[in-house]
Amino acid sequence: MSPATWPRGDADEQLLVVDTAQRRWQTRRVRDFPEALEPGDLVVVNDAATVPASLRGTSPTGAPVEVRLLASDADDRWRAVLFGAGNWQTPTEDRAAPPALLPGDVIVLGPGFSATIIAVSGRLVDLQLHATGGSVWEALYAYGSPVQYAYLRDNLALSHVQTPYASRPWSVEMPSAGRPLRMGVLMALRARGVEVASLTHAAGLSSTGDPELDALLPLPERYEIPEVTVRAVAGARGRVIAVGTTVVRALEGCVADNGRLVAGEGVTDLRIGPGFQPRVIDALLTGLHEPTESHFALMQAFADEPLLRSAYAGAAAAGYLIHEFGDLCLIM
Amino acid sequence: MNDFSSKTALITGASRGLGRALSLSLSAAGAHVVLVARGKAALDDVVNAIRARGGRAHGIVADIGDPDAAAAIAGQAAAVAGRVDLLINNASTLGALPMPLLTDTEPHDFDRVFQVNVAGPFRLTRAVAGSMLLHGAGVVVNISSDAAVEAYPTWGAYSASKAALDHLTRVWAAETAGSGVRFISVDPGEMRTQMHADAIPDADPATLADPADVAARIVASVTL
Repeated sequence: MSPATWPRGDADEQLLVVDTAQRRWQTRRVRDFPEALEPGDLVVVNDAATVPASLRGTSPTGAPVEVRLLASDADDRWRAVLFGAGNWQTPTEDRAAPPALLPGDVIVLGPGFSATIIAVSGRLVDLQLHATGGSVWEALYAYGSPVQYAYLRDNLALSHVQTPYASRPWSVEMPSAGRPLRMGVLMALRARGVEVASLTHAAGLSSTGDPELDALLPLPERYEIPEVTVRAVAGARGRVIAVGTTVVRALEGCVADNGRLVAGEGVTDLRIGPGFQPRVIDALLTGLHEPTESHFALMQAFADEPLLRSAYAGAAAAGYLIHEFGDLCLIM
Repeated sequence: MNDFSSKTALITGASRGLGRALSLSLSAAGAHVVLVARGKAALDDVVNAIRARGGRAHGIVADIGDPDAAAAIAGQAAAVAGRVDLLINNASTLGALPMPLLTDTEPHDFDRVFQVNVAGPFRLTRAVAGSMLLHGAGVVVNISSDAAVEAYPTWGAYSASKAALDHLTRVWAAETAGSGVRFISVDPGEMRTQMHADAIPDADPATLADPADVAARIVASVTL
């Protein structure tokens, strides 16, 4: 399947519905998503907005460096991945290595905006952002760009990488399964008697270009589950449908750590793959990606590989597109 | 007085006039306020005045007429103050001064008025109201004018833009009826502001309302 190279409208967005009980699949439109569900079902979305997490700067020796923020662990302190010369138009695995940096080195990111290296492990670093004359958030939004990959055809605007209901900017890549869930879809879900609840989960980077680092992804990610969502899950009369793998990580990670779903903030290092038994989630709405990625391994927690491969072959034949602006898959 | 102590309000055109007064009034009612304006110095003055009174305020320097501004404003506001409960689309421009007849209005001035007064509020509302609709709560207030319904000579671009904004408000309200999110249009009347002085330089100030009084009435009418 080919990547979608640019954001698309709802007329083009397709939905692969995989029925694990009947062991069959069908192709529909994303706008038909509400019809695939039943009154009493509960849809849980990730309402994190996407940070403009790609920052271009120069090292103390004047070498170009791209900082891709990965996760924030404290005020203005971030874990990040560094790249050398070049930009998103070069596939991450072909990007030049970043210049050698040591703790204490400062990367200049813009006038009055810089990052001080705290710790280095290969291209993975911990850094402290500083802004003078304004806040770090102001500087991030002034100088940052969305993280994007080589299959896209042009520079993305910040608005391209926001879900329709995005709020707090916790994610460094868009929780993209929710992108096609426009207000018309959410209102149609509610009109059908399907509840919609939310949580906030800090989606990290999907690729770093470093095979060893990629194998560790996703790194631990923070989440916050509101009390109202905990109550909605406990009271759901039907299935609980996670929109995106970040919702799976947050809900199942919270249960794995606490033995039950509890409201509040947490950090999950849960990795979900073949053989994982979801305790909260009954179905998954997710983007389509290459079957070699960790994402596909996660999908096998919801459907077995032969069924997924059959459905993927059908989606490929139907012209489905992959990645963040691609088509969706509902496994239930 | 309404209690906004657990609420976040985002106000555009917040550095002067009605926007400044709304920001002070909402802060006095307990709201965490995020203020948007083009000029940093005047914006900092309001933010500092609110903080000096113990309020929680943040400034975002942005031009609401810039097509790329909405996502950055919405993101920064939620980053520093959490989910936005109340959006007040207050920023607006009269266009060229002194205001020309509509037939003499330059097309680029007309476009700028619609970018700031219509497209800007549309884009920012689009960036903020989705979260309100997801959570089933929130209020969007669009500041209008009697020029939206009266055909005053030389007020053409501004009048038409406010009429358009009023109608956006009606459509938003119709589309989201029963959602828990409300869209309200408010005509604040004539006030002692720089904008009014720009439009009608020889107006008698004694006949004009104090923006603080108008802001207090608007804030009192909003329930979250």
